[in-house]
Amino acid sequence: MRKVVLIALVILSGVLFTARLFYLQVLDSSPESLEQNSAIKVMYDYPQRGYIFDRNENLLVSNQPSYDVMVIPRDVKPLDTLEFCKLLKISKEDFKEVLRKAEIYSPRLPSVVVPQLNKADYASLSEKMYKYEGFYIQRRSLRDYQVKHSANVLGYIAEVNNAIIKKNPYYQMGELIGTAGVEKEYEEVLRGVKGVKYIQRDRFNRDIGPYKDGVFDTIPERGKDIQLTIDAVLQEYGEKLMVNKRGGIVAIEPSTGEILALVTAPSYDPSLLVGRDRSKNFTKLWYDTIAKPLYDRGLMGEYPPGSPFKALTALIALQENVTTEDDRINCPGGYYYNGRRLMKCHGAHGATSMVYGIAKSCNTYFATLYRRSVDNYSTIQEGTDKWKEHLASFGLGNFLGYDLPSGKRGLIPDSKFYNRFYNFPKYRWFSTATISNSIGQGEINLTPIQMANFTAAIANRGWYYTPHVIKNIIGTDTIPQKFKEKHHTTIDPKHFEPVVEGMYQVYESGTASYLRIPGIEICGKTGTAENFTRIDGKRVQLTDHSIFVAFAPKDNPKIALAVFVENGYWGSRWAGRIAGLMIEKYIKGEITRKDMEKFILEGSLEDEYAKPHSGKPFTINR
Amino acid sequence: MSAAKSYMKFDWLMIFIFIALVSMGWINIYSASLSDSAQGYFDFKQIYGKQMIWIGLSFILIIFILAIESKFYENYASIIYLVSLLSLAGLFVFGRTIAGTTAWYDFGGFSIQPSEFAKAATGLALAKYVSDIQTNMQELKHQISAFIILALPVILIILQPDPGSVLVYAAFVFPLYREGLHGVYLLLGLFATVIFVSTLAFGAVWAAVAVLLIAGIVYYRNRKKRPNVLKYIMIVVACIGFAFSVSYIFNNVFKQHHRDRFNIVLGKEVDSRGIGYNTNQSEIAISNGGWLGKGWTQGTQTKGNFVPEQHTDYIFSTVGEEWGFVGSMIVVLLFIGLILRIIYKAEKQKNQFGRVYGYSVAAIIFLHFFVNIGMVTGIFPTVGIPLPFFSYGGSGLWGFTILLFIFVKLDAANYYYT
Repeated sequence: MRKVVLIALVILSGVLFTARLFYLQVLDSSPESLEQNSAIKVMYDYPQRGYIFDRNENLLVSNQPSYDVMVIPRDVKPLDTLEFCKLLKISKEDFKEVLRKAEIYSPRLPSVVVPQLNKADYASLSEKMYKYEGFYIQRRSLRDYQVKHSANVLGYIAEVNNAIIKKNPYYQMGELIGTAGVEKEYEEVLRGVKGVKYIQRDRFNRDIGPYKDGVFDTIPERGKDIQLTIDAVLQEYGEKLMVNKRGGIVAIEPSTGEILALVTAPSYDPSLLVGRDRSKNFTKLWYDTIAKPLYDRGLMGEYPPGSPFKALTALIALQENVTTEDDRINCPGGYYYNGRRLMKCHGAHGATSMVYGIAKSCNTYFATLYRRSVDNYSTIQEGTDKWKEHLASFGLGNFLGYDLPSGKRGLIPDSKFYNRFYNFPKYRWFSTATISNSIGQGEINLTPIQMANFTAAIANRGWYYTPHVIKNIIGTDTIPQKFKEKHHTTIDPKHFEPVVEGMYQVYESGTASYLRIPGIEICGKTGTAENFTRIDGKRVQLTDHSIFVAFAPKDNPKIALAVFVENGYWGSRWAGRIAGLMIEKYIKGEITRKDMEKFILEGSLEDEYAKPHSGKPFTINR
Repeated sequence: MSAAKSYMKFDWLMIFIFIALVSMGWINIYSASLSDSAQGYFDFKQIYGKQMIWIGLSFILIIFILAIESKFYENYASIIYLVSLLSLAGLFVFGRTIAGTTAWYDFGGFSIQPSEFAKAATGLALAKYVSDIQTNMQELKHQISAFIILALPVILIILQPDPGSVLVYAAFVFPLYREGLHGVYLLLGLFATVIFVSTLAFGAVWAAVAVLLIAGIVYYRNRKKRPNVLKYIMIVVACIGFAFSVSYIFNNVFKQHHRDRFNIVLGKEVDSRGIGYNTNQSEIAISNGGWLGKGWTQGTQTKGNFVPEQHTDYIFSTVGEEWGFVGSMIVVLLFIGLILRIIYKAEKQKNQFGRVYGYSVAAIIFLHFFVNIGMVTGIFPTVGIPLPFFSYGGSGLWGFTILLFIFVKLDAANYYYT
């Protein structure tokens, strides 16, 4: 016994230590990531965000340095809060709130205390930073906008929020991410890859050199510059024309699908969303729920397309073989069915052929073609679905697939839609019920970019490329494959000529004859769409929208566009003029129709937009 | 017998383990104390460079210790002990005070800590006394004398004050027990520890209730033997009295930093930034190691100097971080191997002096090993005593070298006793 006690204790201690070490080193050692190791400081090296150029290599967006005051809550030592707040120019309450939130986010990861200091503040602060342990200044690169237009295309960058951080571990609190427009769509291209440095620290948080001589460090990869298809001159001009109006312009190069201009009005100066006033400005834009400057009407606005849609009605009828170019249809001033007038026409056009029908925008003619097309099948359901299939081949009724992060499907109703709508089969429905579709009213809704796209397809006589704003990712010299694939419509190319001729006649002898531009053969189509709203719970018809689609020149078209002006009385008044000016600006580079330009630049629809509030009567075409 | 023959009889296993531990110690001290200003392995301005000198000198010391006639240690044990006591007492006149403890003689470039040498001296004196033919450890008179031999250096060290070193003298209870001290002393110590810990962990009242319960159960089981009720009551009263006095001493006599140390180990307080910092950082460092460790000089906790006193008392955390479970286990097994080898050899001694001294050596090394690694791995309270042969420090290294190699010499001479 006396010989054994010490030996037993020695062996027991060996067992005890083995167990303890096993627990600490093997069981408990969840492999600690470098980020969580208190002895390692992680430093990020943010690369320059890529520049953005327009199609003619004009610089639109570059970068400027910015300085964020960051905090790592774990490292904060007691400090002279009052003095620090004075330096940061924030109130003590705000400062405490920021610290509290930072602590909740993570005690060991950096959070932003004050974002985007200017150079003067940075200079005065940086020499005193040493006094505030746990705080440091992070240099970042901010956007520097060279132009005052294109805000809706370029989008903006903003600090990542918690939802993004959870979804994408690349980002950390305080980092910037593209949140709209091209900045969002091409975030990964523009962003590059941030570099990481692991720095070994001692217990006083002093850096004592790179961890493992920097084998885990990565070098930042600069963001790539991109070139957009946008023509800065045209874009700027379009925005100028749209001042004091609401609506959108979408101009596409038909041969490539490149978006030349994407205007929404009202818009804003992109520089407003940079710097320390960003949040104030953003709030102001965000809460303007009447003019909606952050809402891209060119992409998001769903409107009944009105008369431009008639071109599609004609094409479908030709393809369905229910009419020919020379087939004449009598217009007695409206479309009659069993002696009842289903639709009014703005005139009695008499015996109307296709070119004349398009030029004069004859409702009777297109109502007839529409009914013939959808009644060409054994059931109305089948006919309607076939009709939708043709329209879908123009990219209508669904997302187009362009490279901007916002959009709407629009609406092309199908048989299911009407079956539900009319409670089929309890009640049956016929082409007479959906006849408004023939003239682009009824249930149809399109976004301006969809209208521009079908115009481009008509200009190309039967095909289109998915519209896009990316012209080149510089360095890779490529664009996404989907923008290099030609889409063919279901309409035979030979059927397009009479429709194009009709749209040409719109300018030569039709509804837009007073908008002719000398020296340019323009094909277009006016549109006037009824629209309604609710005021004090009552359905009220507002002043009609002014719509215009056009392309030019007639052969080898260089530009196809859709113009939409909310409550612009009728098609040729606002939208038609704007379309003509855009085409002239793009093709000639200068304006000869100064009268038209003057009308647009001096005109304003603000009065019109105030009507729901001012109570003045609306102007409705009857 | 001649020295030339006797070297063959040295226990080379002990010497090998000693060399292994000292070398491994130096390798880890190098890593723990590496700084930017270091210039190669032989930079004697650095801590690891100084330790290299201490190690080198310790080998010269070993030659002297082994060269001296083994009878010298037995015959002069009392004188060595007295010199040692004088050196401890002399501290109060000539000593140098560092961090409130007067434990060092300053010799310009280096300093010597006499308490590190006092262990070996006390071991020799105790062995000498116990091995005396007239001494019988079962007699109270002799027990008291033995305790006085221990108490003199303990009192001098308490006065420094250096509580860590005092604790080491508890190790001498093992050789005394081996030589016939009643087992009740060991049991009393164990029981006192249990009551002590449970009082601190659960409070004096609960400890008292537990004591009553256990006493009740034991009495009930032994009731047929007609046990002495008075004896039971006395023991119970003593235990409960002890529990309450522990509680009183803890709350009223201990300083706050003593209390904190205990509370952290008992899990009553979690304060990883404040007082528990050492233990917490040390545990993080050891956990970082995993199976195989981060590799020599690659420990992040070690490099960042997060573990205070890492090259001295906390050197084992470097082993844990940089050499992992495997490296730590090698060190633990080397220590256990050394201690068991010493005990084995002590039992083989033909004279009682050698046996008592051998047991003292084993017990002292064991106590250091047990308390130190227990502390570094967070099992025990923070008690600042070094890991033998491993921790940085000349006095410590020399103290253990002398302690061990006197026994190596005694063991080698053992063969010539008849």
